[in-house]
Amino acid sequence: MGNPILFLILAAVAVIAAVMMVRSRNAIYSALFLVLNFVTIAVLYLILNAPFIAMVQITVYAGAIMVLFLFVIMLLGAEKLQGFEESSKGQLWIAAFLAVVLIATFAVALIQGDPSSSGAVAGLDSSPSNLGLHLFKAYVFPFELTGVLLLAAMIGVVVLSRNSAKRGKDA
Amino acid sequence: MPEVTVEWYVALSVLLFSIGALGVLLRRNAIIVFMSIELMLNAANLLFVAFANHLQDVDGQVLVFFVITVAAAEVAVGLALIVTIFRTKHSINIDEINLMKG
Repeated sequence: MGNPILFLILAAVAVIAAVMMVRSRNAIYSALFLVLNFVTIAVLYLILNAPFIAMVQITVYAGAIMVLFLFVIMLLGAEKLQGFEESSKGQLWIAAFLAVVLIATFAVALIQGDPSSSGAVAGLDSSPSNLGLHLFKAYVFPFELTGVLLLAAMIGVVVLSRNSAKRGKDA
Repeated sequence: MPEVTVEWYVALSVLLFSIGALGVLLRRNAIIVFMSIELMLNAANLLFVAFANHLQDVDGQVLVFFVITVAAAEVAVGLALIVTIFRTKHSINIDEINLMKG
C-alpha cells in the first residue's frame, strides 16, 4: 500500500493542512488549506489504486465545492468575522478533552480490531469502466436516488436564494 | 523499512476526523464549522478507499462516489442557508443563530 516515506510525508501535509484550516483566523486561508488537504488525500487515493475517485476528489471537492465555499466567503465578506479567540478558555479545554477521548476510543477499536482477516485475493479492478459497471448494475437504484437528491437540493437552493432576494428588496 | 498497512490509513483518518470534530466544537464562524464537517466526511472517505484496497473490493469506492455526491448537495443547500441567515441577521456567528424564526 505504498512507500512508507511517501505515506508519512503526505499524512504530515494532510494533518498540518487540517490543523491550519481549523486554526486560521482568515476564512479564505482556511478554505485554501482545506484544498491542500483534499489534494493530498487525492494523492493517497491514487496510491490506494483508486484513480477514478482521486479524479472525482480533485474535480468535485477541490474544484467545485471549494470554489463554492470561496465564492460565499467573498460574497459575504466573512473572511475575518469571528476567530478562534471567540470561544472561551473553558470551551477550549472541554473540546480538547473530548478530542482526546475520541482519539482514545478510535485507538482502542484500532488495537482490538483485526482487519487482516480479509482472505481476499480477487484483485482490485478499480478502472473507471468497472466502477461504472458496478454503479449501473448493483447500485442502479441508489444511483437514481442520488439524481433525485441532487434535483431536490437544486430546487431547495433556488427557493432559498429567491426568498432572500425578495426580502432584500423589501427592506 | 516497515510496510504501510491499512492501520496507517486508519490512524491518519482518525486524526483528520478528530481535527474536524475539534473545528466543529471550537470555531464560531459557521463557514469554518461547515468546512470542518467536510474534513470529517473526507476522513471517512479515506477509510472507505483504504479498506476497498485492503479487502480488494470495489464496493468501497462506489460508496465514496455516493458520499461525494451527497456532500456536494449538502454544501449547496448549507451555503444557501448561510447566505440567507447572513442577509437577515448580518452575522454568521453560530452563537447568535438561536431563533427558529428570524
